[in-house]
Amino acid sequence: MSAPDHSPHATPDAASGTGARVPPAPRGLRQTMSDLHIWTGLLLGWFLFAMFLTGTVSYFKEELSQWMRPEIAHQADQPEAAVVAGRIAKTLETVAPGTTQWSLRLPDERHPIANAFWRVPPKDGAKRAFKDANFDPQTGLKVAARETPGGEFFYRFHFQFHYMPVAWGRWLAGLAAMFMLVAIVSGVITHKKIFTDFFTFRWGKGQRSWLDAHNALSVFGLPFHLMITYTGLVTLMTLYMPWPEMAGIESPAMKRQLTSEMNAFLQPAKPSGEAAPLASIEAMVREAERRWGPGSVARVTAANPGDAAARVAIARGEGGRLSMSPQYLLFDGVSGRVVEEKQGVGAAAETRGVMYGLHLGRFGDGATRWLYFLVSLAGTAMVGTGLVMWTVKRRQKLADPERPHLGFRIVERLNIAAIAGLPLAMAAMLWANRLLPLDLARRGEWEIHVVFIVWALALAHGVLRPPRRAWIELFALGAAALALLPVLNALTTDRPLWRSLAQGDWAFAGVELVGLAFAALLAGLARRVARHRLKGARPGRARAIGTPARPAADTAAAVEGAR
Amino acid sequence: MNVTVSPTPSARRVGASSAGGLARLRAVLPLISRIVAAVGGGYALAALASVAVLVLPVSRIQAVIGGMLSSFAVYAAAVVWVFAVRSATRAWIGLLVAALPLLPLAWSVWHGAAPAVSP
Repeated sequence: MSAPDHSPHATPDAASGTGARVPPAPRGLRQTMSDLHIWTGLLLGWFLFAMFLTGTVSYFKEELSQWMRPEIAHQADQPEAAVVAGRIAKTLETVAPGTTQWSLRLPDERHPIANAFWRVPPKDGAKRAFKDANFDPQTGLKVAARETPGGEFFYRFHFQFHYMPVAWGRWLAGLAAMFMLVAIVSGVITHKKIFTDFFTFRWGKGQRSWLDAHNALSVFGLPFHLMITYTGLVTLMTLYMPWPEMAGIESPAMKRQLTSEMNAFLQPAKPSGEAAPLASIEAMVREAERRWGPGSVARVTAANPGDAAARVAIARGEGGRLSMSPQYLLFDGVSGRVVEEKQGVGAAAETRGVMYGLHLGRFGDGATRWLYFLVSLAGTAMVGTGLVMWTVKRRQKLADPERPHLGFRIVERLNIAAIAGLPLAMAAMLWANRLLPLDLARRGEWEIHVVFIVWALALAHGVLRPPRRAWIELFALGAAALALLPVLNALTTDRPLWRSLAQGDWAFAGVELVGLAFAALLAGLARRVARHRLKGARPGRARAIGTPARPAADTAAAVEGAR
Repeated sequence: MNVTVSPTPSARRVGASSAGGLARLRAVLPLISRIVAAVGGGYALAALASVAVLVLPVSRIQAVIGGMLSSFAVYAAAVVWVFAVRSATRAWIGLLVAALPLLPLAWSVWHGAAPAVSP
């Protein structure tokens, strides 16, 4: 079983006139790693593509959420955090009476409204029920905005998917991330000339160009891709690797210690049953700001409010520090005195906190977020080009290119649905957000249903149409959906793009401008695919490319060019 | 010369429809064995290592977190090992050799006396 030249990185092809033929070596480490890379990359590649793309846009989930709640006016400046916290705590007394726990996320620059969730007293056997609402920091009252999951949907989807129990989704995401980790490691081992290849780009050479695009995208972002994959696993490590905890944590006290090293969430203790008013939340937030600086408080959690055993935790935000590890002040809810201060955590916990922080990228300013966004996009393209390359390589070896075997067709069609269909489905959510009737029951859920309905239609389209046409049409449709977003928004809200720009509302304008940029990218991809047949027919290139009827080199080139 | 890439030899053998069912099974058995070794064996090794870490003379809480943190690297390394070596048998032997020193450590942790709570 002497392998044919197995490694995708073996030698430059003779057509380029630079390479000499290397005799086939016995299957070495690079060949086996190449196989491992190809198959781990393929098997969960579509999930990975979806995780990467939705994860990428999640870096701007707050901005997306703002855009999806156009009723909430653009707020240039925020009232004082302590005042806001005090106001909303008052509102919660009436909104969530008798709750054993509420938790309030304070507004900040990117997230101009406050959000709180609270435990609903259990009844009818339902054990852990929560409710949540948005609050206006100016009035402290519940915000009346359309029911939408906002950018939160993409964020949730990227690690737990949808339409399945959360735990299953997270395990599936973990499996995909583990495959990704293996694909990265095996990909690096496969890669003989990691440095030279980065500066090599062979345009319009079919599989070669795909390979070069894939290499450039991967190597360019390699440290990031490795970091984001590993830290992604770390964010859910207590789910994926519960064994050390099960073996080593032997008492509830230790369990509490472990939890407090990882998050600032306050588990309510047993209430005393004796009523006592909650001390001033405003004063507690002021005390925290005195220690950490203004604007540093992210979350206020109260356990057993209104009870003599009340506790309030004031947690520090992620802004301005790399680590996500918890820092909080714990107050006696009745006297308002500090009973505990969590200033730092142990070495391993701090490592985890930094890894978590690196994954979320919330430590930095706008420039950091843009960098994260762009490199993540390169990661998305890395997965996408890898998936497409699987078919590009195999097409040349098909016995009858007109009638590929089943496996090939499945991969080809799934590629279309994932790579061209998902952007369209995501754009459809933004359309649904504007077009669904405001009084529709379960409106927020329907916005999500629309995503999956459109995605399923895209898959059907990809199955029923000739592949080349399907690529072009879905890319074009996605481009149109995003390009027309400003028009849709101008027609359905009183916040058209020009007004947002004039007011300096960059969150609102940014969503539409980035939508336009994506529309241009998708249109470019559609155009490249459409024009490919003409270019592929040229002599000297056709040999390397094989059958021309596919979106080959140029799409990669377009992806690459758009970076 | 074109760079040609095909599925793995074993995958190609799976595709040979003329072969009998038993012969086909025998042909893919090493691959299945490797996949089980990688996915199941790799996870088991990672879990074992994450528990064995708890014997280290550091705070138990930090060891628990450290064990979780490093487990994914162990897992990835195990998967790469399983597919890098020459045969499925070697892959399994390698996993077992790695597990051997970890087993008594993990055992002692799991059945050890509860240590005092320490930060």
